Amino acid sequence: MRTIYFDNNATTKVAEQVFEEMEPLFCELYGNPSSMHTFGGQMGRRIRQAREQVAGLLGCEPSEIIFTSGGTESDNAAIKGTLAALPHKRKIITTRVEHPAVLTVCRELENHGYTVVELPVGKQGRLDLAELEEQIDDDTALVTIMYANNETGVVFPIEKIADLVADRGVIFHTDAVQAIGKIPLDLSKSNIDLLSLSGHKLHAPKGVGVLYVRKGTRISPFMFGGHQEAGRRAGTENVPGIVGLGKACELAAKNIEQENNKVKKLRDKLEKAILENCPDSRLNGDKENRLPNTTNISFEYIEGEAILLMLDKYGICASSGSACTSGSLEPSHVLRAMGIPFTAAHGSIRFSLSRYNTEEEVDYTIEKMPGIVNQLRELSPFVAT
Amino acid sequence: MWEYTDKLKDHFFNPRNVGEIEDPDGVGEVGSLACGDALKLTFKLDANGRITDAKFKTFGCASAIATSSVLTEMIKGLTLDEATKVTNKDIAEYLGGLPEQKMHCSVMGREALEAAIENYKSGGKKKHELEGNVICTCFGVTDKEIERVIRENNLTMVEEVTNYCKAGGGCGGCQGEIEKIIEKIQGDIITESPVSTPLRAGKLTNIQKIQLIQQTINEQIRPALRAHGGNIELIDVEGNKVVVAFRGMCAQCRLADFTMKDVVEAKLREFVSEQLFVEEDKESAQQPHNHRE
Repeated sequence: MRTIYFDNNATTKVAEQVFEEMEPLFCELYGNPSSMHTFGGQMGRRIRQAREQVAGLLGCEPSEIIFTSGGTESDNAAIKGTLAALPHKRKIITTRVEHPAVLTVCRELENHGYTVVELPVGKQGRLDLAELEEQIDDDTALVTIMYANNETGVVFPIEKIADLVADRGVIFHTDAVQAIGKIPLDLSKSNIDLLSLSGHKLHAPKGVGVLYVRKGTRISPFMFGGHQEAGRRAGTENVPGIVGLGKACELAAKNIEQENNKVKKLRDKLEKAILENCPDSRLNGDKENRLPNTTNISFEYIEGEAILLMLDKYGICASSGSACTSGSLEPSHVLRAMGIPFTAAHGSIRFSLSRYNTEEEVDYTIEKMPGIVNQLRELSPFVAT
Repeated sequence: MWEYTDKLKDHFFNPRNVGEIEDPDGVGEVGSLACGDALKLTFKLDANGRITDAKFKTFGCASAIATSSVLTEMIKGLTLDEATKVTNKDIAEYLGGLPEQKMHCSVMGREALEAAIENYKSGGKKKHELEGNVICTCFGVTDKEIERVIRENNLTMVEEVTNYCKAGGGCGGCQGEIEKIIEKIQGDIITESPVSTPLRAGKLTNIQKIQLIQQTINEQIRPALRAHGGNIELIDVEGNKVVVAFRGMCAQCRLADFTMKDVVEAKLREFVSEQLFVEEDKESAQQPHNHRE
């Protein structure tokens, strides 16, 4: 059975060109860049090239790029590293809809005596910037707010937020894992101090990511050991991963317009047809400020995991904010923060597309969806038959 | 992804006995939309008091639908006495097993069956009612229900209780109480406490005391406040006086004084020292960020 992959916010296919770049780095060119011999030392050049490719996509200096093991490490390093560099400040401002790689870190810090303010969002998932402004005080060490939400695709006005935070002299970190490669960004014109990105969300492999640290921003290292990454992140470099990420960033820089147009067109078609053909369905999140690839739709009276399994039978991969899919018992914290009723949150499905999706795949899904919804509604005690 | 048995998948993709029996002898309704799963079971008896027909309607995940479907198959042909003996374990075994975190689906099946039998015995009048005191307010689970899943499935950990009846799976504020119920029932067989409950200590150094206060706030108090959009922060400890500040919703809550004495002070006395008393830090309560929403 063929696979129709609409779960690109979870992870993405490694681009073939990326894989080609990486392939010789396992069995042939496996040297350690820290070695003195040419065989290992030549890998340093490959890492340098990757650093330039990443910097090219982000519009920053190569020296501002630290390679990490992924988005989660970058978030941990940014938050804990900033606090460690500012021991006299005890307050962190974040939002209720962050990814767990930020939210759980902040809540853990609360247990160590930090004050954490989680800004609420409105019904469409928007932040109130006036409230953010009000919250920033002399005790605030860090503001950390995601660029785009992984569940709804809602994009926050990060540049505006970065300006506002910079005006008050506070460090600003953004988890841009979902945004990079999907929407354009130019750090040379931005007040963002720290930014996390993850390789496997933009067609590079799993296990590699980046923390961008703006020149002059003080953060204490999070990993200790060797002198790699100019002493800012110890550990032998994941050479194939880093090289792959470099290539993926180069491709993303080229593809960003295509993503914006082709992917958005497909997403819009899928979304419109599902909302039209499935009664009692609703869109979650801000329709205007949104990633081009993501749609999050709730189906009333039925449960997300059951929908996913039905889709799976047709080879269609998606995800859900329902409680049952996560192993927790409560539905998505993002949808709850937006005030989406529990009933709709339990039946929410996220489709996230990539440049590899086709119109035919979208049409096939549009054709299958109403049948799945009807079949489950026939089982539901909340639907009169 | 969950590892579902082929039998479970079969019952999910091809559910048996879907619908509602017209003019049924017994109706059992459990769960709710908000909880994420709900089941309505109806059955009909023959002249000999055996279940001749059973139907279900279920809102929920694949395992909730599959357990409902097998339940209707299992009870057909049984007398009510026989049906009463069906346990959640029987339902799970019939499906070839359920993932641990989905055991609550089998418990929901058994509850619906009981509710339907109860409904029949009361001449169709009685609706399912909660018995006992509600321990888990997030999912409305009572002490009686928690005791029952512990006994029937020989559970020894809070996490298992959550898997079987959802209790403790929301804000987590009742996990301490669930643990006490486990201790009461299982007594000797527990060797380790699963949730790291701070042990009441004898003589503490000042640093140990402050750490224990912070730990108690982190694990015993904050989860319950968070569930209601609030929060708490430890400001200072002076001798036996513990100064805390309420944040978020708690800061404006009219029940804050009650929470302070009844929750914060009670928990600190229970886990740290009987001599402790709490005070609210007025100064930080007046900071602007405590007055939102």
